[in-house]
Amino acid sequence: MSTQEFAFTPYPDLPKSHYLNVAYGLKSWLFTTDHKRIGILYLLSITFFFALGGLYATAIRLELLTPAGDMVQPDTYNRLFTMHGILMVFFFLVPSIPAVLGNFLLPLMIGAKDVAFPRLNLASWYMYMFGAGFTMYALFMGGVDTGWTFYTPFSSTYSNSYVAAVAVGIFINGFSSIFTGINFMVTIHRMRAPGMTWSRLPLFVWSHYATSLIMVLGTPVLAITIVLLAMERVFKLGFFDPALGGDPVLFQHLFWFYSHPAVYIMILPSMGVISEIIAAFSRKPIFGYKFVAFASMGIAILGFLVWGHHLFVSSQSLYAGLIFSILSMLVAVPSAVKVFNWTATLYKGSIEYSTPMFYALGFIGLFTIGGLTGLMLATIGIDVHVHDTYFVVAHFHYIMVGGALMGYLGGLHYWWPKITGRMYPGFWSHLSALIIFLGFNLTFFPQFVLGYLGMPRRYHSYPEEFQILHILSTAGASILAVGYIIPLVYFIWSLKYGEVAGDNPWDAVGLEWQTTSPPSLHNFDEIPVVDFEPYDYVEHEPVERPYRYSRSEA
Amino acid sequence: MSNTSPWNDLIGTPDQKHEEGIVVSDSHAEATHQPGLAHHFESYEQQKESSFLGMWLFLVQEVMFFGGIFCCYVIYRSLYGEAFAAASRELNVFIGALNTTVLLFSSFTMVVAVNAAKQGNRKWIVYGLLLTILFGGIFLGVKYFEYSAKWEHNLVPGPNFEWHGDDVGRPVEIFYCLYFGMTGMHALHMVVGIGIMLWMLRPAWRGKWTPENHNFVEGFGLYWHFVDIVWIFLFPFLYLIGLAT
Repeated sequence: MSTQEFAFTPYPDLPKSHYLNVAYGLKSWLFTTDHKRIGILYLLSITFFFALGGLYATAIRLELLTPAGDMVQPDTYNRLFTMHGILMVFFFLVPSIPAVLGNFLLPLMIGAKDVAFPRLNLASWYMYMFGAGFTMYALFMGGVDTGWTFYTPFSSTYSNSYVAAVAVGIFINGFSSIFTGINFMVTIHRMRAPGMTWSRLPLFVWSHYATSLIMVLGTPVLAITIVLLAMERVFKLGFFDPALGGDPVLFQHLFWFYSHPAVYIMILPSMGVISEIIAAFSRKPIFGYKFVAFASMGIAILGFLVWGHHLFVSSQSLYAGLIFSILSMLVAVPSAVKVFNWTATLYKGSIEYSTPMFYALGFIGLFTIGGLTGLMLATIGIDVHVHDTYFVVAHFHYIMVGGALMGYLGGLHYWWPKITGRMYPGFWSHLSALIIFLGFNLTFFPQFVLGYLGMPRRYHSYPEEFQILHILSTAGASILAVGYIIPLVYFIWSLKYGEVAGDNPWDAVGLEWQTTSPPSLHNFDEIPVVDFEPYDYVEHEPVERPYRYSRSEA
Repeated sequence: MSNTSPWNDLIGTPDQKHEEGIVVSDSHAEATHQPGLAHHFESYEQQKESSFLGMWLFLVQEVMFFGGIFCCYVIYRSLYGEAFAAASRELNVFIGALNTTVLLFSSFTMVVAVNAAKQGNRKWIVYGLLLTILFGGIFLGVKYFEYSAKWEHNLVPGPNFEWHGDDVGRPVEIFYCLYFGMTGMHALHMVVGIGIMLWMLRPAWRGKWTPENHNFVEGFGLYWHFVDIVWIFLFPFLYLIGLAT
């Protein structure tokens, strides 16, 4: 099935005035304080860094095609995977959904004219670009070879690469995260439209609240850690220097205190997107709304108590390891609550296989695999066996790519008609969703096997018996790349040639669908009053519009 | 009321409640008629609550930031208590106490500025800010002399570090790493704060901040007090731990 089958009643044209045509020119973008335009600025920048990170991934996969390290030097290979990790984590995944979709949709969803601090919002984008500038400088000078985790004392003392420049870049980029987090929390607390109570907030908003909590509490800890690292490297202040009695493992503790919750910065917004999509295309209220909402908060809070599972083999005491192991497993509870509630929502729903739904269903499957292997890794015995192997690599790619990225793409497809006012081609979007799903599994499933057989991560050569699995993985990565290029093409194509979508092409509920597509500069002609429950798909009667896509006509 | 001295007000005069929460209509055009009310807020009340919540969240973020380095301090001090005490005795308690006093005074003058803003007394906002800048400057000046004394005594960590006190091992140097890291980070916050206050002087003098809308001054006051409080922890942690033993 494809969106082409849907019967659109003719819609005259895009609304006369919307946020995209109120002003033109570079200045109107670079000095904008409109949350929607800032979302677009972020969309363009993170797409660039995703492509760049993807190029590094391509180089990695090409090198691993053969057992011998024949394409690049070992040192170059170290730089390849490090830059891949840094770009993808700090400059794509962390800002992806919050800064693009969250920025665009949060005020719309709660019926506000903008976020609470529009100028701070713009500043956050500049901080992002400024940090990215430092990182690009380091990248052009030859990159960093420490791994994205910057473990001391290698990063502070021995590495001959541009650690300090990247550290400064990540430190500055952290401000963009913090600003976004503060902005979202204040917006959700103070800017809700009349009647938009906490129990009526869309789950997308709830998950962004939880995400913001992590951004505000976690990012500054990374910031100080990076500052200490940079001071140790530049001024020779030995915070983690064993020669003075300092402890390099302390760096790991501080680093993972942010960087484990950072995984939830990536996955929580994605879960919010999935909740919206599942409800909209099952035509049912989400099952157990409050449980899903509080599960987000639960994940955010528990996420701060599990960092030690990255240090099972880093001289952490066995008892500490035991506690971190148990706490890590507890994260599975709210995660499973979400997965079960999504499936319960699907149950007996009138499911519509739209493109966003493809991504949502893909997310549920891939996230479940990623989550369950996470449980295996939280078990100390197994972790000691597969620590620093491709098993870990496969696990976190199932969460970060299979989870976070699928959610991001699903959200982009779901709200694209709202963002641009136009629809993308149904056939190609369905095709690319399938290609991404297949390519992803082909890339990363063999890596579970590789890791279990003992292939360590971060090596550029390997024994010959692993080659077949590496070839499968590289083949999958090629398919995945095709899957990513197709949306890029048809999204750009749709800007000019896409069918005009209308205000509510999915016939979905939620305030963001009650304004025009694209929304006007101030989002709503008048501040809406909310008198319906969230995901009111049974009783809710959408406002009658002449151009509204009606399901019954399909 | 706007011409009375804010000093009286510090003790507490009853009538401080200003008209807030003026509800305006949804229309953007009308909203722009409200001086100092941003277009996306419905009322001064909402704007004020938002800006304070934002400021407090920013301070939470700051607590976590300093928390990271305090965490290092706690761990290393619990490991190397003796070395830390010996190293701490090299610091000048009198100068530390002097700086603490100076900083407390700067917090007081900040309160003067905030109270003046509440009353719309622009003259005293400027005086308050100038005094705060002065005290902040004195603090940083004293810090400069402290740092240069450390430099002369080879107590700056790195290749030139030399320790002539009791033989308590190399962790002495870690104490000085933390000393410079913590006080440096604190001083950086003060420099930023002084920079913002210098910027604030002009709009303050021109009467930008009114009793209805002085959120910026009050929010900045919170920031300044926070930086002060960080020092309240740094002073005993760095200067006083050697006295007990």
